[in-house]
Amino acid sequence: MDTKRLIIVAVGGQGNLLASKVLGEAALLSGVSVRMSEIHGMAQRGGVVESAIVFGDAQSSIISDGEADMLVGFEPAETLRAMNRCNVNTKVITSLSPVPPFTAAIGRGVYPEIENIVSLIRERTPSLVAFDAMKLAKEAGNPMTLNIVLVGALVQSNVLPLTRETVEEAITLRTKKGFVDMNIKAFNLGFDAAQGVAL
Amino acid sequence: MHKLLSDKIGEEIMLLGNEAIARGAIEAGVAFATTYPGTPSSELSLNLFQISKETDLYFEYSTNEKVAMEVAAAAANSGLRTMCIMKHVGLNVAADPLMTLAYIGVKGGMVILTADDPSMFSSQNEQDNRYYAKLAGLPMLEPSSVSEAKEMTIAAFELSEALQEPVILRTTTRINHSSAFVKTGEIKTRNTKGFFKKDQMSYVTVPAVSRKLHVKLLANLKKAAEMSESSIHNFVVSANSSTCNANKLGIICNGVSYLYASDAVKDLGIEDRTKILRIGFSNPMPANLIKSFAKDCQKILVIEEGEPFMEEAVKAFAQEASIFVPISGKNGEEVAPPCISSSSEQTEGCLLPSEQEPLFSRLYEFDPAMVRRKIASFFGIEDTYTHLKPVDTKGIPDIPQRPPNLCSGCSHRATFYEVKKASQGMDVIFPSDIGCYTLGFLPPLSMGDFVICMGGSVSTSCGFSKATDHKVVSFIGDSTFFHSGITGLVNAVFNNHNFTLVILDNGITAMTGHQPNPGVDMTQMNFEGYKPISIEKLVRAIGVEHITVIKPFKVRKSIEAIKEALAFKGVSVIISQEPCTLFAKSIKILKPRPFHITAKCVDHRDCINQIACPSFYIENGRVKIDADTCVGCAVCAQICPDNAILPLKQ
Repeated sequence: MDTKRLIIVAVGGQGNLLASKVLGEAALLSGVSVRMSEIHGMAQRGGVVESAIVFGDAQSSIISDGEADMLVGFEPAETLRAMNRCNVNTKVITSLSPVPPFTAAIGRGVYPEIENIVSLIRERTPSLVAFDAMKLAKEAGNPMTLNIVLVGALVQSNVLPLTRETVEEAITLRTKKGFVDMNIKAFNLGFDAAQGVAL
Repeated sequence: MHKLLSDKIGEEIMLLGNEAIARGAIEAGVAFATTYPGTPSSELSLNLFQISKETDLYFEYSTNEKVAMEVAAAAANSGLRTMCIMKHVGLNVAADPLMTLAYIGVKGGMVILTADDPSMFSSQNEQDNRYYAKLAGLPMLEPSSVSEAKEMTIAAFELSEALQEPVILRTTTRINHSSAFVKTGEIKTRNTKGFFKKDQMSYVTVPAVSRKLHVKLLANLKKAAEMSESSIHNFVVSANSSTCNANKLGIICNGVSYLYASDAVKDLGIEDRTKILRIGFSNPMPANLIKSFAKDCQKILVIEEGEPFMEEAVKAFAQEASIFVPISGKNGEEVAPPCISSSSEQTEGCLLPSEQEPLFSRLYEFDPAMVRRKIASFFGIEDTYTHLKPVDTKGIPDIPQRPPNLCSGCSHRATFYEVKKASQGMDVIFPSDIGCYTLGFLPPLSMGDFVICMGGSVSTSCGFSKATDHKVVSFIGDSTFFHSGITGLVNAVFNNHNFTLVILDNGITAMTGHQPNPGVDMTQMNFEGYKPISIEKLVRAIGVEHITVIKPFKVRKSIEAIKEALAFKGVSVIISQEPCTLFAKSIKILKPRPFHITAKCVDHRDCINQIACPSFYIENGRVKIDADTCVGCAVCAQICPDNAILPLKQ
């Protein structure tokens, strides 16, 4: 099958490793071959966590600049920072709720305006879905479900060879028992939001 | 039951590379494992540690890699299947036993895992540990993928027993930290009862014995070379065997480079014209296999991250066989790959006309597109795969960086602030060491002037204090102090040096993910039967005459105590005791009690300008505290000139 390359960028603690795990499980359920790579050495110390997930026949487990079919950002400035991973056809999904780095807090650098981030992304990758995933995560019952909200939006985009049903099944299998209902709700909220804001 | 202990055969489970290697070791019946934690190998040890709780596998976090290697060497020579795990720089520490263990050899299979870190995602250098295999004369295996890492671990134990030598299993970060589905195999029964059969003429390495053992080692190495020739880990991939095999484009590669090369050959549509030799048994290199591969290639490109280890061997073999085709790999033009170079002109890389594309660099890790471009350029093939051009990033404003930072409520931040205050006005050099606290070099603390290696803070302090007129104050963590700080301190006392050593004792090996060290109270982790060592008693026993124990969250008291220690002429030691916040939270001995900034704040901003805890943020021009991340260490509250920071009423 065609190779599809997904990059997820997040700030340490936002749960992108769990999101990757769910997508990996969904790939297994769908009989799609998958490899992932993550850089997470300093995640707990406030650094950026990047996951690369390659679906299909390619053997590499990392993704070169410009070669992502899809970029999902859990944090708007991190999505913008990862623009070099995209080409003009890359589908981009980003949350709009900022997690400003402490460097901005101590006056070393200015966090860009959200509207500015959105237009800088859209100018480069017209296929952009941007919404406040944190609002939906809270609506689902816990800010920690932000990752699953974005997984919902990602599945709605239909870029990856994964169906809504298999990803829901993977969420049931791979997330903590007590959180499954909340995660399914988060998943559906993300899916519907992407439907509503997609171009 | 631990997920890696599943006895279902043929089950597909998603595993991290490190977990796959741990599973491989379990399937191979590993009975004894030792380590000193180090990224990117840490999860491998962690899994074996957890498994040792549930099974009769013996596992220990040893004091350092040298100790780990020696403990393991004895187990392996008592006939047990043994694994010794470390990051690449750890093998420097363990190099002394390694070199002579190679002479002695082993009885039970012994696998030494070294995790290299090209690009230095979490290391102080990117040394290429393949040279250790060459230096020691030991066989080495290198996997290309997660599933192969599991199979190769099993093969490494078998190879070790066949040769009666330790085998080096060398990974890189992209193997350790990639995930894929791995098929489970049968778990071999562990033999945990060893027996050491005395034989002084084989084990006591006095010169007369070692002269014989070296002969034995070289004979084993010759045997290993024969095994490398026919090893399943060295294989040729050639798309179409019906067409003539001559005049092909040859690629020789190892590790993850094999994956990138395979994808590139496919993407460039040159499968029919290319053949790939994947080297997985890389010491000794398979000379005959390489010669027969090379003789009908029109050109050969060697693709390997790090040093030209294979390239130099391939060139030498070609010379022996009178093969005169162009062979290249690294051509000495060290060009940083685009993802690392800081310039914004990086996207030009893939627009270069093919003849301008330099070959591979010794620097950093590779990526698929880079390998594809260089293959196309070297073989003079048009890179038709250019539709995936990165978007233009010019015009994107600088986004504030997210360097890793000391956590909210980290006790190291408090200690650094206090040492800085106590030494104000003094001309101080601050040698530091390897751990979370290395991050103290970042502004605004800026504490840390010289970092080389584990334990280096103490010994470099000896040098700085003698070579300069500066006051010297150095920092070392508890685990690093046990690892290799003690010998430096003994040196300092004996040679009568003059500096202050601050031991940042947070009661755990924090940076690598909360592993035990000899100072840790193991009952916190529900382990019995350990005897924690008191750093204070140890330092006293060494003969340090000025020892101060501080509680860093008591700011004023700590500063006074530090001032006194700094004034002492000779070696003084400050032990700053406070549990790692992350760890304390995870074992639930710390319940966060967040603070907030009250209306009394007149915006001095000492909190942000002097300690810069990541819980602070600015909203509408005023400093706020994020109650979700503040743990209530109260350090900021103690330094606020207006007493404007108070506990949040809950």
